[in-house]
Amino acid sequence: MEKKFGVYFCKGCGIGESVSFEKLKPRVSGKGKVPVDCIKEHPVLCSPEGLEFIKNDIKEGTNTIIIGACSPRVKYAEFDFPGTLTERVNLREFVAWTAEPMSADAQSLADDYMVMGILKAQKGGMPEPNILPDLSKTILVIGGGMSGLTSAIETANAGYQVVLVEKEAELGGWGAKLYKETPRQYPFDKLEEPGIFARIKEVESHPNIKVFKSSVLEKTDGQPGLLDITIKTNGNSESMRVGAVIMAAGWKPYDASKLEYLGYGKPNVITNVQMEEMAKKGQIIRPSDGKEAKKVAFIQCAGSRDANHLPYCSSFCCATSLKQAKYVREKNGEALAMVFYKDIRTPGQTELFYKSMQNDPGIMLTKAEVTGISDAGNGNLFVEADNTLLGEKIKVEADLVVLATGIVPATRAPQEYLDGLTEAQKKGDVAKNSYLEATPKPDFILNLTYRQGPELPSLEGASGFADSNFICFQYETRRTGIYAAGCVRQPMTMADAADDAAGAAMKAIQCVEHVAKGIAVHPRAWDTTFPDPMMIKCTSCKRCTEECPFGAIDEDEKGTPFYRLNRCRRCGTCMGACPERIVSFKDFSVDIVGSMIKSIEVDEDEFRIIVLACENDAYPALDSAAIKRIKINPKVRIIPVRCLGSTNLVWVTDAFSKGIDGLVLLGCKYGENYQCHFVKGSELANYRFSKVKETLDKLQLESDRCQLLQISISEYDNLPKLINDFVERVEEIGPNPFKEF
Amino acid sequence: MAENKKVLVIGGGFSGLTAAVEAAEAGFETVIVEKTPFLGGRVTQLNKYFPKLCPPNCGLEINFKRIKNNADITFYTLAEVEKISGREGSYDVTIKISPRFVNDKCTGCNACNEACPVEMPNEFNFGMDKTKAAYITHNQAFPFKYVVDAKHCKGASCAKCVEACKYDAIHLDMKPETVTLNVGAVVLAAGWDLYDVTKLDILGGGQIKNVVTNMQMERLASPNGPTGGKILRPSDGKEVKNIAFVQCAGSRDENHLPYCSYICCMASLKQATYLREQYADSKARIFYIDIRTPGRYEQFYWKVKEDTNITLTKGKVAKLTEDPATGDVILVAEDVQAGKKITERFDMVVLAAGMVPSTKALKIPGEISYTDDGFVVPGTLKKGIYAVGSMKSPVDVSKSVQDATGTAIKTIQSARR
Repeated sequence: MEKKFGVYFCKGCGIGESVSFEKLKPRVSGKGKVPVDCIKEHPVLCSPEGLEFIKNDIKEGTNTIIIGACSPRVKYAEFDFPGTLTERVNLREFVAWTAEPMSADAQSLADDYMVMGILKAQKGGMPEPNILPDLSKTILVIGGGMSGLTSAIETANAGYQVVLVEKEAELGGWGAKLYKETPRQYPFDKLEEPGIFARIKEVESHPNIKVFKSSVLEKTDGQPGLLDITIKTNGNSESMRVGAVIMAAGWKPYDASKLEYLGYGKPNVITNVQMEEMAKKGQIIRPSDGKEAKKVAFIQCAGSRDANHLPYCSSFCCATSLKQAKYVREKNGEALAMVFYKDIRTPGQTELFYKSMQNDPGIMLTKAEVTGISDAGNGNLFVEADNTLLGEKIKVEADLVVLATGIVPATRAPQEYLDGLTEAQKKGDVAKNSYLEATPKPDFILNLTYRQGPELPSLEGASGFADSNFICFQYETRRTGIYAAGCVRQPMTMADAADDAAGAAMKAIQCVEHVAKGIAVHPRAWDTTFPDPMMIKCTSCKRCTEECPFGAIDEDEKGTPFYRLNRCRRCGTCMGACPERIVSFKDFSVDIVGSMIKSIEVDEDEFRIIVLACENDAYPALDSAAIKRIKINPKVRIIPVRCLGSTNLVWVTDAFSKGIDGLVLLGCKYGENYQCHFVKGSELANYRFSKVKETLDKLQLESDRCQLLQISISEYDNLPKLINDFVERVEEIGPNPFKEF
Repeated sequence: MAENKKVLVIGGGFSGLTAAVEAAEAGFETVIVEKTPFLGGRVTQLNKYFPKLCPPNCGLEINFKRIKNNADITFYTLAEVEKISGREGSYDVTIKISPRFVNDKCTGCNACNEACPVEMPNEFNFGMDKTKAAYITHNQAFPFKYVVDAKHCKGASCAKCVEACKYDAIHLDMKPETVTLNVGAVVLAAGWDLYDVTKLDILGGGQIKNVVTNMQMERLASPNGPTGGKILRPSDGKEVKNIAFVQCAGSRDENHLPYCSYICCMASLKQATYLREQYADSKARIFYIDIRTPGRYEQFYWKVKEDTNITLTKGKVAKLTEDPATGDVILVAEDVQAGKKITERFDMVVLAAGMVPSTKALKIPGEISYTDDGFVVPGTLKKGIYAVGSMKSPVDVSKSVQDATGTAIKTIQSARR
């Protein structure tokens, strides 16, 4: 496309009173290399008249539009000109509202920002989606329990083909082993028949669902839309292509043999799972002598909420024990049920169920720290407890003890195995080999052929749960197109698992739809650009393959990286990582930002500081400070980046060789509870920055001229001050010695 | 496959936004109807989310960006659904839009706010400060378009804002409008209100100045709140050094809300960290029946418990009274485990007030059944109508997101019928 520029300067919202268009015009024309007659002003560009003004030029052939007006965060609908390349320059928030009106500073800011906007448009191109051929929209569901069945049904009912893989011989998972379910309907006082069987039937008869029982996933290769999987069934393998994956591999009960201190191992101490199986068979009897149990004690948090066992609450056990207590009572009106709990956790309307149980005189509920289970003779047991509501140090006799054991996600064993392998690898090949020999390999779930590992990385410190790090975005995983659902994600009840499964199904179909259109998935779910590396210059240093937060880049046999584009989330981390600077997007590249940096007017007597701001959080925070009219130091030039992870170190060189005095990277918080939308962008930027600091020190250029600031979107009041403090520190250091060159 | 039909989402809080955006990103047209002038709902008033302690505006900003970049999503603010009729695949919906008195020409320049002579209680901050009648709720509000408050504005006789606006954006004679739509599916995401603490007589009935609600505490701790994020008590602006949290203020109580409100335990633990972070010498004490931190939230509970300046006491608070001389709050509670009565003085007390579905007070038109507490009974809904989040039971943001995302796929199924 041959670019015909239209550069528009809005005089509204105080811009016209802050900056002289007459002065701006020649400077921008000269440095931006655009004809002076295509630089125009308008009193209110976003008004119907202003928009008409622009649209008339578009009719005349203008196709590359620079809007010098307000922040791109506002007036997005007005300044949307389909078929053009439109670049917004934030003169209102970053100049008019934050600098001294009609000062030399304001003028220079506006000049620089306008020129940067023009350069960006000059260097950039119209995005065209890259749609890969032979895409599949079939959804693979791993697991045939409540979550897997529900995902399969929801996906199939939305009109998609589903392949469901279950490792057991029958569908249903834990849900099929239940005798009763906890109340699901208001007023939450009646036990329900298990709902799983209707779902099994629906799955097995659904024309859109193909079920593989007694099957595991042997291999998952490729990328969303093009995931080539091999399913192994009783020794036979079958290969097929799917588009996205819902991983609902479920959970195992916590290993009760580790709960000897709660009496497990004694004949009349059973788990909640055993209780359910027994109730399903008929009577509640004592394993030791087959006598009907008449005093049943339930010990809550058997393993859960315990630093020595599971450091989390398993979420379902309180309601489950109440349910079991209820059916003990329903089966035998003479029987007593006693529940010993740390806290009763029946959140939301489940509380109504708890309340209904409190009215039953045959049920005793007490807060207690259970200190032990001892024999009381005749197979009976004493529950010994401290700090109960009935007094300190009590001893209660029971003829059956049920341990409310918790959840261990199916993802935990592979994660632990892989963590161990990573640790061993760090110590060298000998350690690695001995680890592989000595450690039994657990069942893997996905068996990805990805360079970054065979499984979904679970969240750090999450006890092996493959959970999202984000409150707002529950289905974010670090493997695009693979969504976890149910108890692999968090401990949850059957009802919650069904809701969760529907959510994962939604994300899976969204993924295949986006891939089919060549659009990124969350969080840049509108982005049609993609990384386009100039592979001829690649040195196979593998930094991109290691640093990509989503494992989007594999390596071929020779060790040369290659993109699995549909795994890419368009954060630009590879672009920042590449020392050869070969990765570019249509509207974002090392060259584009480098050129913008180099275009900044540097005066010998003036300090100039660049702020590279994460466009997700830092940029809105700067905007918000401007809305409050908090002055931002006018020596600062703000350049938005997709994520700090996209920061290429050559920009530091570009800046300092140009005579820029200081550089701030403004990004999201990192570490535990990171807020980066691309997992570790700001952390990676900081790591790269620490390397450049060493170089700067060697060049006798003070490394304090660079700083990374972690800020949250809501801390905008203090942000201008943080930046100003940095500017003052740079001023103390003095001007960049390279200025004179 | 049948032609895709629109999906209507009633409520522009986090649940509604999620349902709308998720369905739209699978290629469906969605329409959000929001009662207030801005999107975002309750979470816009929160300082931080538990357990990550991250700011809600971060995720909202991303969702607003998704809306801005997606032509398939439209929204109406100051809008309420008046009528729903029809069946799955074809519901006729009538929407009433109250006048904003500000049109799309608004640039967000703030001139109207400066010119407006009317001060009114700031509802966004639960009345803890004042705002003008021409206003935005906060600086990251979306849409970033001012609104003139119909109740407090003096109208044409004043019109100072009209004079101040250079962009012809303010028209005080705007009239209500009615829009009708045909949609394939409807999502009920009307959200929740805080339980009315004036009903809690023994806890001061809303009359004690330094007894605030948990939502007010969020505003006090928010950088964009009435105190700029400094936790100061309402009566005299004194720094709060000694605080108590009363759990189940209304919840789990037959006389008030029989259910558990789900979020309050985690919220109070979180709010205790707000105070502890601000003042090194501060102390917090939480009175509870059961601490409910399900799933991995348990880890957050453990972390908070590590702080020796935070005490957790099992026991119900029996009475709160005001010491008129100092403004301090005198709290009487039973300590269940110690088996004794406690009387203690606090700078400020936070009521962990419960969650009431907004449909308790304001029913959504249509054949919808509710529990005695105002929750929608999902099993009784007509095909193609779905309830999400706190419409069905008290939930937190995470669960709302799960539920709303899952509901999005159900709306797609209905819209394709």
